[in-house]
Amino acid sequence: MASNDVYILGIYMTKFGKHSDRDVLDLGSEAILNALKDAGVSMKDMGVMAAGQLMGGVGIAQQLQKQIGQTGIPAYNVTNACATGATAMRVVYMSIASGECDYGLAVGVEKLAGAGLLAGGSRADSGDTWKPQGRQGAIVPTDGLIGTDTMPGTFAQIGLEYGHRYGGVTFEDFAKISEKNHANSALNPLAAYQKVFTLEEIMNDIMISYPNTRPMCSANCDGAAAAVLVSGAKLKTLSREQQRRAVKVSASILTTDPYEEACQVLPNVNTLTKLAAKQGYEKAGIGPEDLNLVELHDCFATAELVHYDNLGLCPEGGAVDFLRAGHPYRTGKTPVNVSGGLQSKGHPIAATGIANIWEICHHLRGEAGPRQIEGAKVGLAHVIGLGNACGVHILEKSAL
Amino acid sequence: MANQVPLVDYLVLGDKPHLVANECTKCGARFFDRRSACASCSNTDFKKVDVATEGTLQTFSIVHMAAPGLPVPFVSAIINCGGTSVRTNVINIEAKPENIQLGMKVRLATYSMGADSAGTEAIAFGFEPAK
Ligand SMILES: [Zn+2]
Repeated sequence: MASNDVYILGIYMTKFGKHSDRDVLDLGSEAILNALKDAGVSMKDMGVMAAGQLMGGVGIAQQLQKQIGQTGIPAYNVTNACATGATAMRVVYMSIASGECDYGLAVGVEKLAGAGLLAGGSRADSGDTWKPQGRQGAIVPTDGLIGTDTMPGTFAQIGLEYGHRYGGVTFEDFAKISEKNHANSALNPLAAYQKVFTLEEIMNDIMISYPNTRPMCSANCDGAAAAVLVSGAKLKTLSREQQRRAVKVSASILTTDPYEEACQVLPNVNTLTKLAAKQGYEKAGIGPEDLNLVELHDCFATAELVHYDNLGLCPEGGAVDFLRAGHPYRTGKTPVNVSGGLQSKGHPIAATGIANIWEICHHLRGEAGPRQIEGAKVGLAHVIGLGNACGVHILEKSAL
Repeated sequence: MANQVPLVDYLVLGDKPHLVANECTKCGARFFDRRSACASCSNTDFKKVDVATEGTLQTFSIVHMAAPGLPVPFVSAIINCGGTSVRTNVINIEAKPENIQLGMKVRLATYSMGADSAGTEAIAFGFEPAK
C-alpha cells in the first residue's frame, strides 16, 4: 500500500426505513459510532469531519459532534442534492490526500419517511390580478403548465430521451430493471423494502409518471451511513486485520454538468456521469470491464438504464442490449445494484452516497453474506444530484 | 379587445404567438431568461431571437402525480424547435402512451387561462400535434 493512498478503514449503514422513534441525531450517531467501531479507532483519532443532511437545519456536523464527541476538529457541512454523501466522502478524502490529517469521518443522514412527492418549487397565489414574477415573468407557478418539476417525471423524460436517441426501449425494459432490483433487495436485511415483485405487478402498479410506476421510483425513507478514512501511511502502522479489511479508494471524483444544448431545459445527467467515469477510470488505472459490481443511482428505473451507458458498462447506445442480455443481474457480467438499489433499499438522500460505498465495501471484504458477489475485487459507486453533481468512487479490495 | 398577459415573458402574443430566447452573440447558445454571461462560452452579449414554432418531440412523460391542484394526467415534454430545446406540455391530445410517439411533429398553440379581477386575460402555451 502506497503511503499517499487513502483507504476506508471502517464503514456502517443503519437499517433504512421508517424510524419513527429516532431523530436524525440518533441515526447519525448510530452510523458514526459503529463506523468508528468497525475501524477500530475513536472520535479522538479523527482529524476532520464532513457531514451532509439535505432536508434539515444548520450545522449537522456540529450537532452530531455534541452527541458523539466535540474534539475541536474542522467540520464541513455539505449539501449537493442526492450527491451529498459522496461529496462528504470526497471532502474527507481530499483532506487526507493533502496530508493535513491521517484520519477523517464522513457521514450522511436523512429523515424522509412519508415525505411524499419531491417536486420543484412553488409559490403562493399572488392575489386576484395576474402579476409577472421572477426571472421568467411567470404569472403563476409554471410546474405542470410548462412541463413538470417532479422527479419521477423529470427522470422519465431522461429515460425516454435515451430511447429516442438510440431507439428500441420499451416500458417493459424499464420495468425489468425494477424487477431485478426488487429481487436483489430480498437478500438485503437493511433495505427499506424486501419485497419481490413480478414484472406484471410492477407494470400494473399505480402510474406515477409514465413510464415510472410506483415500484420503479426510489423510496423516501430514513437512514444514515458513515465512513472512517485513513491515510496509507497510517494504515501501515495498524494491525494486519485492519489492513486486510481496509478498502482502497482508488478514485474519488466529483463533477458538474458541462454546458450542452438543452441541459438547462431538461437536466442532463449523462454528460457529467461520463466525465466522472472517465476521470475515475483514468485515476484508478482500471476500466469498466474490470468492475465486479456497481452501485449506481437508480433513483428511478428510467435512470438506471442511461447510466449503464454513461459508466461505460456497455458500448454507446447499447444499454437496452446490455439489460436484455442479463449483464446487470446478480449472475451477470457486471452486477448492478445488488443491494436492491434506491428503488427498494431506499433513498435517504444525504446517506445514499455513503450507503452505496458501504455496499461495495461489504463485497470487497467478503462480508456480504447471502448476497456476496464471489471474488469481488473492484467496485464502483455512483450518485447523481440534480442541479447537477455526480460522485463516482472506485474501490479496491486490500491486497493482503 | 381585452388586455392580455402571457404566462411567461418569453411567450410573445399577437397574430403569430411565438417564444423568444436570449441568444449568445458569440456561440449561439439560447436561454429563456437572462444570463449574466453565457453558460457555454462566458460571452456577455445577447440578442433576442424568435424560436421556431414547429418542432419534434424529443422526449416526454405522462405525469399522473403532481402538486395539489394540477389537473392530471398531463403530458410533459421537450420539443426540438429547429435546434432549440423547449420545455412544455403537449396539449390538445389525450394523455395516453399510444397517442404519443417520440419524434412526432408538433406546433405551438396558445390557450386562455381566464381573466383576473381587472379583466386581463392570461394566455398560456403548449405544443399540439401538427397534422
Ligand atoms: Zn456563448
